[in-house]
Amino acid sequence: MMDEAVAAVEAALGAGAAYADARVMLTRSEAMSAQNAEIEDMRRAESTGVGVRALIGSSWGFFAVADLSPASVRRAGERAAETAKASARVAGPALELAEVPSVVDHWESACGEEPLSVSLSEKGDLLVAVTRASLASGARLAQASYRIWDTDKAFASSQGSRISQRIRECGAEMSATAVGDSETQRRSYPGIRGQYGTQGWELVRSLDLPANAARVGEEAVALLSAPPCPEATTDLILGSEQMALQIHESVGHATELDRILGWEAAFAGTSWLDLAQMGSLRFGSELMNITADATLPGALGSFGYDDEGTPAQRVDIVRDGMWVGVLSGRDSAALAGIPAGGMVRADGHDRIPMVRMTNIGLLPGPHSLEQMVTETSDGILMDTNRSWSIDDRRLNFQFGCEIAWEIKDGRQGRMLRNPTYTGISPKFWGSMDMVGGPSELTYWGTPNCGKGQPMQIGHTGHPAVPCRFRGVRVGVR
Amino acid sequence: MTSRPEPDAAALADHVLDVVGGRADATVSVQRVSDGLTRFANSFIHQNVGDEHTLVTLELVNNGRPAAASTSMVDDASLARLVEDALTAASVRPVDPNWAGLCPPAPQHFNGVHYDPDTTAVGPDERAGVVEGFVEAGAGLESAGYCQTTTVETLLVNSLGQRVSDRTTQAIIDGIHRDGRADGCGSVATSSFADLDGYQVGSTAASRARAGTDPIELAAGRYEVVLDPRCVAYMMDFFSIYGFNARAVQEGRSFVSVGEMQMDPSVSIWDDAGDPRHFGPSYDSEGTPKARLDLVKAGLTVGVTHDRRTAARSGAASTGHAVPGGASMGALANNLFLGPSSTAGVSSEELVAGVQRGLLVSDFWYTRVLDPKTLVVTGLTRNGVFLIEDGVVGPAVSNLRFTQSPVAALAPGRVLGIGNDASLAPGGLHFSWNHAPSLRLEHWAFTGTASG
Repeated sequence: MMDEAVAAVEAALGAGAAYADARVMLTRSEAMSAQNAEIEDMRRAESTGVGVRALIGSSWGFFAVADLSPASVRRAGERAAETAKASARVAGPALELAEVPSVVDHWESACGEEPLSVSLSEKGDLLVAVTRASLASGARLAQASYRIWDTDKAFASSQGSRISQRIRECGAEMSATAVGDSETQRRSYPGIRGQYGTQGWELVRSLDLPANAARVGEEAVALLSAPPCPEATTDLILGSEQMALQIHESVGHATELDRILGWEAAFAGTSWLDLAQMGSLRFGSELMNITADATLPGALGSFGYDDEGTPAQRVDIVRDGMWVGVLSGRDSAALAGIPAGGMVRADGHDRIPMVRMTNIGLLPGPHSLEQMVTETSDGILMDTNRSWSIDDRRLNFQFGCEIAWEIKDGRQGRMLRNPTYTGISPKFWGSMDMVGGPSELTYWGTPNCGKGQPMQIGHTGHPAVPCRFRGVRVGVR
Repeated sequence: MTSRPEPDAAALADHVLDVVGGRADATVSVQRVSDGLTRFANSFIHQNVGDEHTLVTLELVNNGRPAAASTSMVDDASLARLVEDALTAASVRPVDPNWAGLCPPAPQHFNGVHYDPDTTAVGPDERAGVVEGFVEAGAGLESAGYCQTTTVETLLVNSLGQRVSDRTTQAIIDGIHRDGRADGCGSVATSSFADLDGYQVGSTAASRARAGTDPIELAAGRYEVVLDPRCVAYMMDFFSIYGFNARAVQEGRSFVSVGEMQMDPSVSIWDDAGDPRHFGPSYDSEGTPKARLDLVKAGLTVGVTHDRRTAARSGAASTGHAVPGGASMGALANNLFLGPSSTAGVSSEELVAGVQRGLLVSDFWYTRVLDPKTLVVTGLTRNGVFLIEDGVVGPAVSNLRFTQSPVAALAPGRVLGIGNDASLAPGGLHFSWNHAPSLRLEHWAFTGTASG
């Protein structure tokens, strides 16, 4: 694979690129889903190819082919350079690249139990069993699925880097839906997007889907007759799964440097953050500490090197409530005058790498969920994301959860259905006064973050703990 | 290893069927894609990409046990592995009681409707020319967007003898101009690159951006609205996935009830892959040829979209709406049209002229479902909102958050006018492009301002 990557880079340079890199990728994937104790879909996929990136002036040219024959690879390199040249008709300031060391290395994610080697019948039995259990507890629809990706990458750059990586990712999810006369209610486990990581099948075993199958079914049914979440301004406690979504949407995307620089303005949007304020802008309360850490073992946003060959690293994004960092790549970092963050990835050989969240997480604090409940006289506890909507500057959000409970006088009370809450990002994060502790930390994995044109689906990680926010508007419908 | 440097789609598909032999019933799809996309931001091209690949997908059923596999590698060894992988997977899974059999041989109703040979030859230079026109039309405004050209050749064969193929092209210019924080958008999507006029689309976006400066804040509440075609097309993705999808209907998750007046009598909704105003292939992922399907006729719900599984469950015939992965997603319409049921529609100016006090909305953003059955969604406005008073478009309004069921908004008596300005615009869930006109609606529920 490395030979093809090097040949593609040389072809791009020969065609006039000032800088070029190439990734050869071989990806094997497997997915299975079940509904109501029947296997519904089972598919495997294999894809390979090379994607070549060439920088000329103000534009990247990129070209990808699946055919790895020498002539095809050379042609891809040449086409990448030709495509970059065509951009000169609508040119801007020349792009520079932040310096990164030239590296020759191999990296693999840790994997206890090879996920593609676990027998299909065992996997299928698991999905059938848990959906049968949810169904038996009264749900109308019980669904479960898993996905596995096993990816080999060879990266070569015109600056001499030669990096190979093997990354195995997998995870699973299940849900139960109860159907009423006028609405549906759903409960998911471990979360609406399941739980995924750069781990082997041991991750799926650790989720213990069977132990939770009946509960999600019962809760879905119970929600149909639960009272609705009241419309109020109150104290809000969020479980860690919903916190992962909160971090992803209102901090992760807001601090992507390509958005801040306007590169995603038409499609994904921009950011309310102004680069000139980095280091002096208060993003949230002093309990808010957010890092982008691609080195966390087993988290979904972990790797050895990003798709520009920059080593994985930990970068502070918010420290003691102050905005101090961004998610960057070599080109955006050079424009901002900061070191390259190593946060550029593509979802396949055929897509251009772009700024992507790694593991954007909230560092644990001094409290616990139990303490939050005990110390709340009047509030609501919500968990498990159900809906998500945020404006194109990542400022105004309205999120919904699958389930909520009333909190009265320090006790968790009755279940509430259709809970939602809304806020403005810095005001909301500024109201955070309790943060769960290290024992409540979960490395949530989101395998479906859409961004870019053509659309790319990113895999991101979000370490999160339960948190409490004061004076939040809830029950908006 | 024997390689095929220039794989012929038919030869590839037949080869895979031969390798399967009599061991299973099989459907083989071959898709050859050539895609180019030129992105611009801050008024210059910053990413310019291209991709060429062939994808072979095999869906087979062995004694009632289906499995699927795909590969982008087309050498003999990889194709043999594809077949063995799928056979192995099928052999260990339980029988699928919902398996509805392969698509029997059936002729295509049309072919090549959305194919323009000149578009296949377009490269980054020509796309840059369209972008240049879009940017120049802004005369100094900041612009961002993309121009894309795509050619897809597809072929599907199965062991029952069904054999269908198609060629399609797409050409799109879609972008915004920005005047400070005021954005205006414009787009054209077509089968023919020659239809793209970057300057004209850019002029539309620029004039909207300029009109959107210095917005006023408006209190949340219910307002009469005139929704631009882009807003209506945006909502049609939700209709397709959560509404007319037979699987959602069968599972009780959909608002759709065939035979009921669920929308205003002035509105009709249909799916028609053969209409040249749309784009896409002429058959679905199971090989069923596509034909026009009425979903709502003059407000009356008359149809749902079926694949072979949902059709078998309902005792109906597939309507040609199977999608890859449809065993779990259901059957989806991706050539949707919304239009007036009888009259020809009126100009957008006439729609506005009838509004005493309301809002003109250009676009929606990041909208998600709160409840699939009622189809209550929440999202935000984008790219321009304007106050209408006494039939005249007035000042720009800051973006608003809405919480609204588009089904309820189109309910009988609530559609006050339909425009004659229908166009193809992107759906809000990035599933499809949809063809829709402006609509004047009795009310739309805005539940907050973008500032809080």
